[in-house]
Amino acid sequence: MWTTTNQNKEQLSILHDRDVIICRNRIKEVAVKIGMGIVNQTKLITAVSELARNMLIYAGGGNVIVEVVARGREQGVKIVFEDKGPGIQDIAKAMQDGFTTGKSMGMGLPGAKRLVSEFNIESTVGKGTTIKIVKWKNG
Amino acid sequence: MTRNIVTALQENQDRILDQWVNQRELSEDFGGNFNSFDDLKAQSSELLTAVLENMTAENITDLYASDLEPLIEYVSGLTLSRAKQGFSPRETATYIFSLKDALLKVLGELITEDPKELYRSTLEISKFIDNIGIVSFETFIRGREEVILGQADEMAELSTPVIKVWEGIIAMPIIGTLDSARTQVVMENLLQGIVETESSIAILDISGVPAVDSLVAQHLIKTVNAIRLLGADCVISGIRPEIAQTVVHLGIDLSKMVTKATLASALRYAYGILQLEVRKAGKEKSNL
Ligand SMILES: Nc1ncnc2c1ncn2[C@@H]1O[C@H](COP(=O)(O)OP(=O)(O)OP(=O)(O)O)[C@@H](O)[C@H]1O
Ligand SMILES: [Mg+2]
Repeated sequence: MWTTTNQNKEQLSILHDRDVIICRNRIKEVAVKIGMGIVNQTKLITAVSELARNMLIYAGGGNVIVEVVARGREQGVKIVFEDKGPGIQDIAKAMQDGFTTGKSMGMGLPGAKRLVSEFNIESTVGKGTTIKIVKWKNG
Repeated sequence: MTRNIVTALQENQDRILDQWVNQRELSEDFGGNFNSFDDLKAQSSELLTAVLENMTAENITDLYASDLEPLIEYVSGLTLSRAKQGFSPRETATYIFSLKDALLKVLGELITEDPKELYRSTLEISKFIDNIGIVSFETFIRGREEVILGQADEMAELSTPVIKVWEGIIAMPIIGTLDSARTQVVMENLLQGIVETESSIAILDISGVPAVDSLVAQHLIKTVNAIRLLGADCVISGIRPEIAQTVVHLGIDLSKMVTKATLASALRYAYGILQLEVRKAGKEKSNL
């Protein structure tokens, strides 16, 4: 469910598969609104897909907060993914290509990082994980 | 509005609540929608508490203040639960707006000496409650949008037709998201189509898939593997340029699959494998 928490901030909770798609569609709309090109849009929503799905799979859900930000005259989309799941024990490992604790490809986190302009991950075992990303319009 | 007035309102919470729930329009319009007067009073008391607890002399003119988030969350939740119970957005908004009358009535009783202050505070409270009403509307609309989006997705996902494009070649266009459930349907239909039409090449067209993330990629790989087990070949077509760039950055290796940019080039490839030639009538021979 999206709610407006601020003039240009929106929040969505990810609880089901369907929420990942809703989230992606909305973020695409925001990206289009600031005039982001199709390649960067696709990179952004693919990263969003990975991070939102991770929250769903490993943390049982979480919140996504979207905001339009500016750096000088360039605009970008900032997204925060926060969950209260089990946290990640070894972040460096989790960020490696091919590392997975499931039986997946282990490309989600490192891939998402490559697809966006800024990527920041914080995680505390037993507390949860917060990932912040920014994709600049021309970034 | 001064801090004193905010405090005074908080101190008079019970009086405001009584004033509110005993309004004629509230009992007439909404009496039927609540199971009992007690329900109405309990719900109203919660909302009033949320308003009075979170409203401050500062944020009353700034709905986006972060300390108002609990109130906004509460109103969103209230709207959603009322929407589920079948209240119209009008009913919910009118219900919220009716709080204004009660607040203003008590405000008038609290500020008796200073008409200017009363006027200023009245304006601020009016605007504040109006904004809460708007939040409720927004929530309602978003809720609807989500339902619509969900339906659109479901519809798109229902249709996964297998098309026989040529003797020995079938194609399946995928439109929408390729999640686990849908991959299952796609795979079953494709495998069955291959057997039924005795085809040896299946083209999976993903032009209508919005993004290829690691999950979709995995599903594609699984589907291709299953098709190979039947002894057939699979071509993935409709890889748009932006998808190609994204997949490369994501770090996923699709090079073990045959991929083509367009359905036409996938068909050309399939003809090649089946040693078929397409050429202009009358001409002896031309390159495909
Ligand atoms: N939000 C999270 N909470 C807890 N653990 C997480 C979270 N996100 C990722 N992880 C851990 O980090 C690992 C790596 O994540 P990553 O997304 O890179 O790979 P994956 O999800 O296993 O596979 P893929 O994304 O390719 O399908 C996961 O296997 C999981 O153990
Ligand atoms: Mg992942």
